[in-house]
Amino acid sequence: MIFAKKIFITLFMIFGLNLSNASADESAELVVEGQPILTRTKAPSHMENIDEVRSGWTFRIKETQALQMDDFENPGMIFVDKGIDLWNKVEGSKNKSCASCHGDASEFKGLRTVMPKWNASAGALWSMEDHVNNCRTEQMGAEPLKWGKAPMDSIVALIGLQSRGMTMSVKIDGEVQPMWELGKELFYTRVGQLDMSCANCHEDNYGVMIRADHLSQGQINGFPTYRLKNAKLNSIHARFKGCMKNIRATPYKVGGDEFRALELYVASRGNGLSAETPSVRN
Amino acid sequence: MNKLKFLFSFLLIFFYSGASFSEVAPSDVVADEYGAVTASLTGVAGDPANGRKVFMNRKQGNCLACHVNSEMSKQTFHGAVGPVLDGVADRWTAAELRGMLVNSKKVFEGTIMPAFYKDSGYNRTLKKFVGKTILKAQQVEDVLAYLQTLKE
Ligand code: HEC
Ligand code: HEC
Repeated sequence: MIFAKKIFITLFMIFGLNLSNASADESAELVVEGQPILTRTKAPSHMENIDEVRSGWTFRIKETQALQMDDFENPGMIFVDKGIDLWNKVEGSKNKSCASCHGDASEFKGLRTVMPKWNASAGALWSMEDHVNNCRTEQMGAEPLKWGKAPMDSIVALIGLQSRGMTMSVKIDGEVQPMWELGKELFYTRVGQLDMSCANCHEDNYGVMIRADHLSQGQINGFPTYRLKNAKLNSIHARFKGCMKNIRATPYKVGGDEFRALELYVASRGNGLSAETPSVRN
Repeated sequence: MNKLKFLFSFLLIFFYSGASFSEVAPSDVVADEYGAVTASLTGVAGDPANGRKVFMNRKQGNCLACHVNSEMSKQTFHGAVGPVLDGVADRWTAAELRGMLVNSKKVFEGTIMPAFYKDSGYNRTLKKFVGKTILKAQQVEDVLAYLQTLKE
């Protein structure tokens, strides 16, 4: 089964790449396994320069869009399967797995839509990765997983999938407000030798081709996302890092305060869209 | 023998200083209030054929990321962030075009277009690009020579 998927992906990459300059099917509707996914909606009120928010899916070409419409064709699901294995794997000094405490991953239905969020006991803004590592170190006596690596991304994707189709609604006021403000500032700050901000590409120019890439709004409602380019899941912070390097800027630390703040702010720009984890992009 | 050695070192110094003095350092470029730069950065005439290559090369100008012009429209991947450059030589003088290449922000306020001959005043530049310009002085002159061929 997995072998067949791999052949399909390889074929897609050979033929698909030739098409990557073709225009996207911007009016298509996303339905996954019979479930409608909202990919366009009115922008949240805190956004000043955009009226309608759109999932990155709406900017992709038909062939890429199709991969996300069917879980059998979605290569991200291979990693979700790995996430399930990891979910059930007993590890650490306490001989426990995630399943020992949580049973099924469906216990976390809805969680993805409110992440990142304030964690009162830690007194910090938490991403999904923090929940995973906190359970590993505190409940399992296991080593934390590295952010941005396959095991972590797979388990984050498994948890995210439980919320697919539900509405993104991260909280931006209260304790997290200073972080949200910082994230907003970072989004609009020009960095690197190319001297660009996230907004220069993802707010001022979405819908426009930049060389071979069709610029989207840089939404994160579908993360971790499977990218055809590197044939694996990509975490939110890894994507931020990639965009910063492209503009020749020194990225902030993966899992550090700046990227956490940016994650909160970017997530809030997608409030109202459906969670689509695991999405497929090029 | 001694005389010859003397003459030789003299010539070396002459060539060395000649090369470095004729190239205007990024911080010494003089632009007028609209950002136009009249003086050549190198004193050596630009080569349009090389300029065309620099324009397309992803690691050099990568102008094609944002611009295209009919002459290049067969290039599979080009962007549309900036205007089509057909006839750009009719719209702008050489000094204005050089100014846009050196630092477009002085010509178009708040533009997304990078400054190609500016080596300081950036925020968090990746280590390997710190203190460097995106294009070398002669590459700027070469791209300029190419742009000057774009007439309606
Ligand atoms: C030079 C242009 C440019 C800049 C500046 C830039 N990006 Fe991107 N970004 C891209 C391109 C091209 C893609 C791939 C196509 C797309 O989805 O837009 C992308 C993709 C993304 C995605 C994935 C979207 C999806 O649907 O999978 C996110 C998230 C993102 N960028 C966030 C950011 C953030 C945050 C910043 C600032 C730190 C930033 N980008 C700066 C060009 C840029
Ligand atoms: C990231 C995008 C980007 C890149 C890369 C870029 N430009 Fe531009 N350029 C623009 C935009 C946008 C404008 C329009 C000015 C504005 O309003 O910002 C522009 C304007 C221009 C103009 C004036 C066009 C006219 O018709 O008035 C010229 C000439 C030009 N660019 C040349 C170049 C050259 C040559 C390069 C590469 C060495 C380059 N640009 C790289 C975005 C870009």
